[in-house]
Amino acid sequence: MTGADQASHADHAGATEAVNAQLAAPPLALQVSHLDVTYRVRGRDRLALHDVSFEIGRNESYGLVGESGSGKSTVALALTRYLARNGRVSAGSISISGRDPLAMDRSELRDLRARTVSMVYQEPGKALNPSLRVGRQMAEVFQVAGSDKAEAAMRSEAMLRKVQISDPGRVMDAYPHQLSGGMAQRVVIAMALAANPALLILDEPTTALDATVEAEVLDLVAGLRDELDTSVLFISHNLAVIAKMCDRVGVLYAGELIEEGPASQVFEQPRHPYTVGLLRCIPRHGQRKDHGRLDAIPGFLPQPGHKLAGCIFAPRCPIAVQQCRDAPPPAFDVGPDRTSRCYRHDETSGLPRSTPADVSLPTPPTAADPVVRMRNLSKTFTSKAGQVAALAGVDLDIGRGETLGLVGESGSGKTTLARLLLGLTAADEGSQLSLDGKPLGRDLAHRGTEELRALQIVFQNPDSALNRRHTVRRLISRPLAKLAGLSGVALRDRLASLVASVRMEERHLALRPSQLSGGLKQRVAIARAFGGGPRIVVCDEPTSALDVSVQAAILNLLADLQAKERVTYLFISHDLGVVRYLSDRIAVLYLGRIMETGPAERVFSGPHHPYTEALLSAVPSLDGQRRTRIKLAGEIPSAANPPSGCVFHTRCPRRLSSGICESTEPPLAEVEPGHLMSCHIPLDELRVMQSVDASDDNTAS
Amino acid sequence: MTEVAAAAPAEIIPAVSARGELPAWRLLIRRPSFLVGATMLLFWVVCALFGNAIAPHDPLAQQLLSINKPPSAAHWFGTDSLGRDVLSRVIVGAGPILTVAPLATLLGTVLGTALGLAMGYFGGLLDALVSRLVEAVLALPAVIVIFLFIVALGTSVSTLIIVIGFIFTPLIARTVRSAVQVERHLDYLSSARLLGERPIRIMFVEILPNVVPTVVVEFTVRLGYAIFAVATLAFLGFSVQVSAPNWGSDINSSYGLLGAGYWWETLFPALAIASLVVAINLVADSIQQVVSE
Amino acid sequence: MTRYLLRRVGLAIVTLWILSVIVFFAGQILPGDPARATLGPLAAPSAVRALDHQLGVDRPLVTQYLSWLGGLLHGDMGTSYAYQSAVSPFIRAALINSAKLAALALIVIIPLGILGGVIAALNYGRPIDRVISLFGSSAATVPEFVSGIVVIVVFGVALKVLPVTAAAGTGAPFLTQLKYLILPAVPLVLVLFGYIARMARAGTVEALESDYARTATLKGLKRSVVIRRHVLRNSLLPTITVIATQTGYLIGGLVIVETLFNYQGIGKLIFSAATAKDFPMLEAGVLTIGVVYMVATLVADMLTFSLNPRLRVGGWSD
Repeated sequence: MTGADQASHADHAGATEAVNAQLAAPPLALQVSHLDVTYRVRGRDRLALHDVSFEIGRNESYGLVGESGSGKSTVALALTRYLARNGRVSAGSISISGRDPLAMDRSELRDLRARTVSMVYQEPGKALNPSLRVGRQMAEVFQVAGSDKAEAAMRSEAMLRKVQISDPGRVMDAYPHQLSGGMAQRVVIAMALAANPALLILDEPTTALDATVEAEVLDLVAGLRDELDTSVLFISHNLAVIAKMCDRVGVLYAGELIEEGPASQVFEQPRHPYTVGLLRCIPRHGQRKDHGRLDAIPGFLPQPGHKLAGCIFAPRCPIAVQQCRDAPPPAFDVGPDRTSRCYRHDETSGLPRSTPADVSLPTPPTAADPVVRMRNLSKTFTSKAGQVAALAGVDLDIGRGETLGLVGESGSGKTTLARLLLGLTAADEGSQLSLDGKPLGRDLAHRGTEELRALQIVFQNPDSALNRRHTVRRLISRPLAKLAGLSGVALRDRLASLVASVRMEERHLALRPSQLSGGLKQRVAIARAFGGGPRIVVCDEPTSALDVSVQAAILNLLADLQAKERVTYLFISHDLGVVRYLSDRIAVLYLGRIMETGPAERVFSGPHHPYTEALLSAVPSLDGQRRTRIKLAGEIPSAANPPSGCVFHTRCPRRLSSGICESTEPPLAEVEPGHLMSCHIPLDELRVMQSVDASDDNTAS
Repeated sequence: MTEVAAAAPAEIIPAVSARGELPAWRLLIRRPSFLVGATMLLFWVVCALFGNAIAPHDPLAQQLLSINKPPSAAHWFGTDSLGRDVLSRVIVGAGPILTVAPLATLLGTVLGTALGLAMGYFGGLLDALVSRLVEAVLALPAVIVIFLFIVALGTSVSTLIIVIGFIFTPLIARTVRSAVQVERHLDYLSSARLLGERPIRIMFVEILPNVVPTVVVEFTVRLGYAIFAVATLAFLGFSVQVSAPNWGSDINSSYGLLGAGYWWETLFPALAIASLVVAINLVADSIQQVVSE
Repeated sequence: MTRYLLRRVGLAIVTLWILSVIVFFAGQILPGDPARATLGPLAAPSAVRALDHQLGVDRPLVTQYLSWLGGLLHGDMGTSYAYQSAVSPFIRAALINSAKLAALALIVIIPLGILGGVIAALNYGRPIDRVISLFGSSAATVPEFVSGIVVIVVFGVALKVLPVTAAAGTGAPFLTQLKYLILPAVPLVLVLFGYIARMARAGTVEALESDYARTATLKGLKRSVVIRRHVLRNSLLPTITVIATQTGYLIGGLVIVETLFNYQGIGKLIFSAATAKDFPMLEAGVLTIGVVYMVATLVADMLTFSLNPRLRVGGWSD
């Protein structure tokens, strides 16, 4: 498994020799050698993968990391020979457990897919046939491997039990739409592992899942891998998940594997400028919007199909020299089992930043009146399942000039809260919502221009949030005209200054959104939100749809704009790292109710609400501190049928034995200055409980 | 004091992804099916406009000595039961159909789009009511409804146009409504509402431009049906002027003679209709392909 | 399930009622006095008025409507002005004739259309797909009388293999009746082919590109199994709905085809009633086809409901 043979130029004879040597030993789960994959688009060939080589040993977990456009999914498709019609493997070889999928005929390929390699994708719900019962689909896997009906049914049930589905009979009888996301993904994993494959490929398997559910699924995969002696290829854009799950990792950039090695080493001491840049884009413990800032990677991905003479990363690299631009670097050996495609891999530790690490941002005044006050905010929807309380009696204040981070999983009500604040939906009777002390109109129809001006939003998905038929100029000018009442010269001036402050250029104004990259589109959305001179801007997952390297720039832009324009942010995100980076205060929602509110550091470091505790322990982080995983029992309950008393009691690991948690809903009380919690357990007891676990962590690690 | 990080030259300016979008019409011209269809269509349009100049004989001239003559050198398509040259009648007959059908379709498209926008945007009572009405009307085949109206109101050009246009309105409205509902889920509409935009502006300035491709496709598809309807009505005896050359009515007056073996006076007008319909279909299909790319 | 059923039936009844109102009052708008139409233009006004009174045409509209509706519910469709006898037997006979023709068309077209659409989808983008799709869309818009004439000329006049009228004569044996119905069925089949094939194709393409088809293929299943068990099961669902709603077009086509082939079906009946201004016959006929269409849609809804697990079975109950 050494990279020794790959040290100098691609020595094909040398590689073959290595393969022959391996033949004596049990075959590697996966061996990819100098793989090239080409797509034919509009009559031209485009190289999607170039000279990719890596290996996965038996019972080893390998992570493939990359942003969009890196080609990581193409690798998975090539391995199973499921490339699109216009794609083909144009060079190189693949060996899965000693077998070559590229040389197989149809029936051999089917056999390979049935027994040797399995795949799990994103969106588990869609991966199952909606018209067949789950049991039938499970049994198919065994039947293809040769079992008869009865045996297949038995083994299906056993497999479902293995993925911790407690009532397999019921699940087997059900149809896919009846399963929750986490349950469906377990079923898919069960199907994938049923035939005991040598290689399991996972392509972003948990991206569509909630944090707590994701943690369960990842634990499951790790456990099963050990038990079944399967090798895993884990593909993801999420470095923290890879760090948690994988022994070794390969970093893909624009179709090339630019760095490879043991996961902990690559993430602690990266030896390629791209990896360094990537890691600097991810907020870690201790980094804040004004201190230890995230650094963005300047430049942009090379155009697909565009051939570069030298290193593929050279145009964006801060330490690139002429040698880098002349010839592509080979994979250098930088340590045991480590390679890096960089001429200057020794100099990556002191890589210069492209933006300053520390800036001075004003701290929000603490004693001033809250700019937004919500009391008893509720919203109920009627659906087939009955009355659904998306929000139930929420009390929340947003301070002037602060960033309030709103955290919660699906069903928490955070989107509903934002919509109520903005007036896109009307709150229930009895809800009180006020801006600067004055009550806000129930919905948009009841609000005046001044109120509309004051509250604006940046949506998650700029493709959906910008009218694709309008030009950028029109998109940004409209709020200037409609809300700020500007026209003529005043409008043009303000437009120019807005464009400059989101770091766009004049030439972008004439374009339409479809001609812009994701990051640029989001800048347009931000400029539009700030156009009318708002006082409060709701940021609803503003970077979730963007690549990691673009995310950093947008987050810093938001922080800078806030300082310049003196606005208040309601920042909604499921990414706790990002929330911690930007927020001054945090509010945690669960099933439409506030569990905890308080200063960011307080809420994150504890003592905190048991739900917050579980959420924090579920999210994988690059920081390496392994907290004890607080496993939550069961699934998120349905909002149509919320549990009695404290809604979290059904899953709470710290539920009191006195029964008060089931019977009475705890009030949102101030447990220390500025820190509110909705829990029956007194703060001091929580402090003791949670520090005991923390010290266990310390002694264990 | 507030210090904001200056926009240093090393700041990220993500580039525009140049996708080299060709204008739609260029893409169309490359397609062979479009070219074939457009050529045929053009041919018939020329016939409609300049028919009388192109036709070899006078389409109205009756030559009672040479009735029901099969195709020959003098009369390529033969003569009908009144001795009129079938070829000339076919050429000039393009006129009535190509006048009424496009206008009727245009009327239906304009009204249908407006109605569809309203139904899709407002939803609620308006949508439910109109949908019920549409379903009730659609329970009857369009042809029957149309000819009932024609029987009631007479057969003038404007009546035909209005009736067909009105029948198309709910059909087109339904399609537009579905397209609008797809747009409703997108956030740019919420953004527009947050600016305080009025519903009329939202429908026509925000939603309509995004729905235009659907409308264009609907127009071309309905045009085919309009021709179908006008020809069928003429066949059933509801043409505008009975003696003037009209493919449908010509077929009406001559199909009874099929049993006697006089096939040319019925077949050629029928083929003319078929070719026109196929032409429009090719064009509509190409437009649909280009739009969906 | 029953709740859904009841709701659908209720909706259908409401729509039918609206239809009856439209039909009745539309009939009233049509010009022409029924007594005058029967007695002729030279009859004396007093005779016309007397006959009008006898026919009950001078009563207030609402009363006429209600008595008409009442009669309908008892199976009495009124008296034809033209034939001076009950309307119901005519409608019944015509309906049976049309049903035969429609049934033949449907039996041919359903498998043909589905097959065409599925083959097109499985060969997406390749020439056979384009050919099937273009043929389908063209066939759907060529008027029935045009295709009818072409087949008459080719098969009836030129080749003389099939008869050019549709009526085999009363009491003819089944196979002979069939022979006579073949040519009239062709235009209907052509028109329906377009719609059904298009729907089947779209549904199949969507299913082929779905995630679950990918899962099935990557499980190692044979392509034929993937198509049969996973793809088709999901793709044919929307097609079934379309088939039922095609009855509307089918009936419209019947009018033309029956006129062209001189076949005493319900389409021809309505047509001649309209031209003869025989309102009771016309209204009864139009309402009948409205009922047929509603029933077909209802059947389609039921079928969809029972075949789609997502509608049949609710979500995950905790």
